[in-house]
Amino acid sequence: MIDVISSLLIVSGLGFYLAGSVGLLRLPDLYSRLHALTKADNLGLGLLTAGLILQAQDLFIAIKLTLIWLAVLAASAASAHLIAQHARRRETRT
Amino acid sequence: MMTAQWLYGITGCLIVALGLRTALLHTLLLQRVIGINIMGAGVFLVLIAVAYRGPGEAPDPVPQALVLTGIVVAVSATALALALARRLAAEPDNG
Amino acid sequence: MNTTAVLVFDILLVLSLLSLAVATLATRDAHRSVILFMAFGLVLALAWGRLMAPDVALAEAAIGAGLSGALLLAAVREQPRQTLTADTNAVHSGNDAGLKVILQSVATLLCVGLAATLSWALAHALQSAPSNALAQAVQENLATSGVSNPVTAVLLNFRAYDTLLELAVLLTAILGIFALGPARPGYRSAGPVFDSLAHWLVPVLILTAGYLLWVGAQAPGGAFQAGAILAAAGVVLQLSGQRTLGLPQERTLHIVIAAGVGMFLLVGLSLLFLGRPFLGYPPAWASALILLIETAAMLAIAATLALAFLGGRPQSPRLNATGEKPAALSTGTLRAAMHPVRSGTDADTNSGYRNSSNEQKQ
Repeated sequence: MIDVISSLLIVSGLGFYLAGSVGLLRLPDLYSRLHALTKADNLGLGLLTAGLILQAQDLFIAIKLTLIWLAVLAASAASAHLIAQHARRRETRT
Repeated sequence: MMTAQWLYGITGCLIVALGLRTALLHTLLLQRVIGINIMGAGVFLVLIAVAYRGPGEAPDPVPQALVLTGIVVAVSATALALALARRLAAEPDNG
Repeated sequence: MNTTAVLVFDILLVLSLLSLAVATLATRDAHRSVILFMAFGLVLALAWGRLMAPDVALAEAAIGAGLSGALLLAAVREQPRQTLTADTNAVHSGNDAGLKVILQSVATLLCVGLAATLSWALAHALQSAPSNALAQAVQENLATSGVSNPVTAVLLNFRAYDTLLELAVLLTAILGIFALGPARPGYRSAGPVFDSLAHWLVPVLILTAGYLLWVGAQAPGGAFQAGAILAAAGVVLQLSGQRTLGLPQERTLHIVIAAGVGMFLLVGLSLLFLGRPFLGYPPAWASALILLIETAAMLAIAATLALAFLGGRPQSPRLNATGEKPAALSTGTLRAAMHPVRSGTDADTNSGYRNSSNEQKQ
């Protein structure tokens, strides 16, 4: 039962990753691509982490997985902000 | 000889050849440094593939330690190569 | 069973490795090849995880993809974007086209021959029974080595001499980098978002490095991965405008850099003095000695890799805020025009990230 739930979570996480990658390839400009990458990929990672937590042997591993997700969340949010800020400044400069 | 060993080992050999071709022929110095790094990655693939013993057994730790050393040496060589390239590019007689 | 699934996964991983390698090497834009190289390093870390080499996977993700990528990005930032001007060929074009074609085909044939020879040798070696002599020797002596992680035991006990020489290679590289010129100019503060990220990320990185160092005796981890993560903390500090990267200055810095090789030599020579072989730890003290050497090695690796990201001899912090060197200190050959200062024109967002030295590592 736990295996089924965790497999469903992992597969749906992968689906979000796929959506993010399709968005990266098909969306027209930088800002919308950043949207697709950051939001879809982080949600996908969250679902993946939830599925893996169900499979974890003890609490320590589950805590480490959650910390990994939070760290990736913060880092990707900050880098998306930096990329968008840089692109915006380059636009308003020219 | 397991499938995984053979598969990753042959991949390693191919990646070594690819990296060597770029390191020899490419114009840009940066690309050559990347080519040498990729050659190193191919060599590490061969070593770790040889160390793999299958899903049940513990792998051989000696090639893994060698690869660990190799990764650190590769990054220090890359750092020195990039510093050399930066100094070369700043020389006034070099376009 | 699931062996088919594993085989499909292996084939997909191998194909992505090969296509990433080809894409990295065949592209003409330097920026793009650096980014693809970082992606290649991350997929390679996946491959190490699959081949049951977790220490190597940690080191590859931290050093191979992360720090190498940062070094290459810092180097490529100094080049103008369109580097290939007249000739858009990826290969050297000389005046004599015939010689160029011959050279290219000879080099390609050489590489194809190399790949074929390596594959033949590999297949031959794998077909004969795998020699487990070394692995068995490690397994038998693991109990007296002082650690229970076999890779750490090999690195810091059985083949400690190799690790000593590797740290010496690091030291030589940083000495070379110091000798080649001053460091790159620093970065300006990138705004409150990145500064607040750096505020909590750097302590978390320091904690993680300490944890990896400690747990490297029992589980995947160790001095190299910990040193790489500390160096990453230094890189984050540099990117947020802190030009000293949290490193100590001048004499202390030199001691820290030499500490890896120095601690090894200290331990080895004192053991020699006590009548044991060079770096032959007595089993009762082995774990303590290994931890001591690993700590010094971690600090040395962190300082070396962070300084390698700086790209040269670090300047004294008595400089003006834009990071420009006074004319007397520059080598005179590095043109200031090549190093545009980063990140925007509004310098009023110098957020509360103080340029103090309270981020120093222990």
